[in-house]
Amino acid sequence: MVPPSLTAPDPHPALDDPARTWLAEATARIASDPGAIRRLFPAARRHCGRARLDAHWTVDEAARAALLTALPLRGRALADEVTGLYRHGDPAEQRAVLSALPLLDLGDLALPLVREALRGNDNSLIEAALGPYATDHLPDDEFRQAVLKCVFCEIPLGHVHGLTARADHELARMLADFAHERLAAGRDVPDDIRPVVRAFPGVIGEEVQHAFTEES
Amino acid sequence: MRIFDPHIHMTSRTTDDYEAMYAAGVRAVVEPAFWLGQPRTSPESFYDYFDGLLGWEPYRAAQFGIQHFCTIALNPKEANDPRCIPVLDELDRYLAKDRVVAVGEIGYDSMTPEEDEALARQLQLAVEHGLPALVHTPHRDKAAGTKRTLDVVRESGIAPELVVLDHLNELTVGMVLDSGCWAGFSIYPRTKMSEDRMVEILKGHGTERVLVNSAADWGRSDPLKTRRTADAMLAAGFDDDTVDQVLWRSPVAFYGQSGRLELDEPKPDEETTFEGNSIRRGGA
Ligand SMILES: [Zn+2]
Repeated sequence: MVPPSLTAPDPHPALDDPARTWLAEATARIASDPGAIRRLFPAARRHCGRARLDAHWTVDEAARAALLTALPLRGRALADEVTGLYRHGDPAEQRAVLSALPLLDLGDLALPLVREALRGNDNSLIEAALGPYATDHLPDDEFRQAVLKCVFCEIPLGHVHGLTARADHELARMLADFAHERLAAGRDVPDDIRPVVRAFPGVIGEEVQHAFTEES
Repeated sequence: MRIFDPHIHMTSRTTDDYEAMYAAGVRAVVEPAFWLGQPRTSPESFYDYFDGLLGWEPYRAAQFGIQHFCTIALNPKEANDPRCIPVLDELDRYLAKDRVVAVGEIGYDSMTPEEDEALARQLQLAVEHGLPALVHTPHRDKAAGTKRTLDVVRESGIAPELVVLDHLNELTVGMVLDSGCWAGFSIYPRTKMSEDRMVEILKGHGTERVLVNSAADWGRSDPLKTRRTADAMLAAGFDDDTVDQVLWRSPVAFYGQSGRLELDEPKPDEETTFEGNSIRRGGA
């Protein structure tokens, strides 16, 4: 899977004239009155549409990213506004906030939103939380737990942005143990954990060896 | 038969109810924000509730083949609790959501000055957001309360066709239909209205601008009352098209005025088993 870029795709080619006008007026208003985003952000999807733009972004998410990047705020003030949008957002708004995090100058301040999404049980939010922002900011132990949660929730590990960069010996050990548990229960081991485990051959104990040989 | 229940509190119902409703023909519901039985003590409790109406509940309903929309408001009972009033300041951001198809339930419970204030302010919000309003009529002193509600609706300047007055009975239906507002009926065991009385009202007042709902909630109520009413209508000689008008096309027309009712229109004769997944538990 192509990794998401650090800019949102331009929604404009997917917008009709009224939608373009709406988005232009909305970003201009937010630039001069940041509080206006509280009513405009929820309305973006029905004004701009929700078709898919690429593997990572829908039109509404890209339009909402444009609204967020129009906020004339920085640091704590920006984090507070973004947190409010997430806290009061419906699932589509929350996905849009999570997708836009790497575009915003937030440092670690948005980690509580990522953690909230990872605790939940909406797979679409868990996936959106595990983008480039999580790759850059989530502490090792939390990143490993998040990957393991994806395995349990049947989210394909190919959808986890930073997996190759952040996989480590401890994560491979956890996945190998998970495989052991599955085999002992007479259940299948998901294919997508194999490459991660194989990259750290030292974690493969004798009892799971057969599950990680190349031909399996 | 396809049924749209325009007023039902699914948060209080089980997955068995969703299954039974689907089998009875229910394909879409509107869940109005209301009192939970247990008083809320802060605006934050409302936000969590609204989030549930916009997130978890539509997700749960979809697994059973039912489309779920909601209405958002501070309810009349809790409009009297100063700890809850600040929720009015945050309604703006919730009323802008995609699945919010009206402001509601608003209206009177005990007809206090606090309820006056909350009702007028929330009718104003409906006007600002271009949304319909779902207005509950009081259970005590109903006729006087309904008259007073109609006065406040008139003063607010909202178009009467954007307003439904709910929980009506034989004594209040006439004045509501005369006002140009929609007339809502909650078919609720033992109180409010029965399906046979409902049929008599439809015979006497016609089937235009009438909404029939189950208002099923955490009390003794029945989420299949919409279907029972449809059956009673057929038994009384109404034809299939009139039943479809009252139980599908009318609620679609009323909430459709929001411009946000993004509905998959089922065929009236669709089969009655939904091959859905069992509810996801998020086992991890
Ligand atoms: Zn109700």
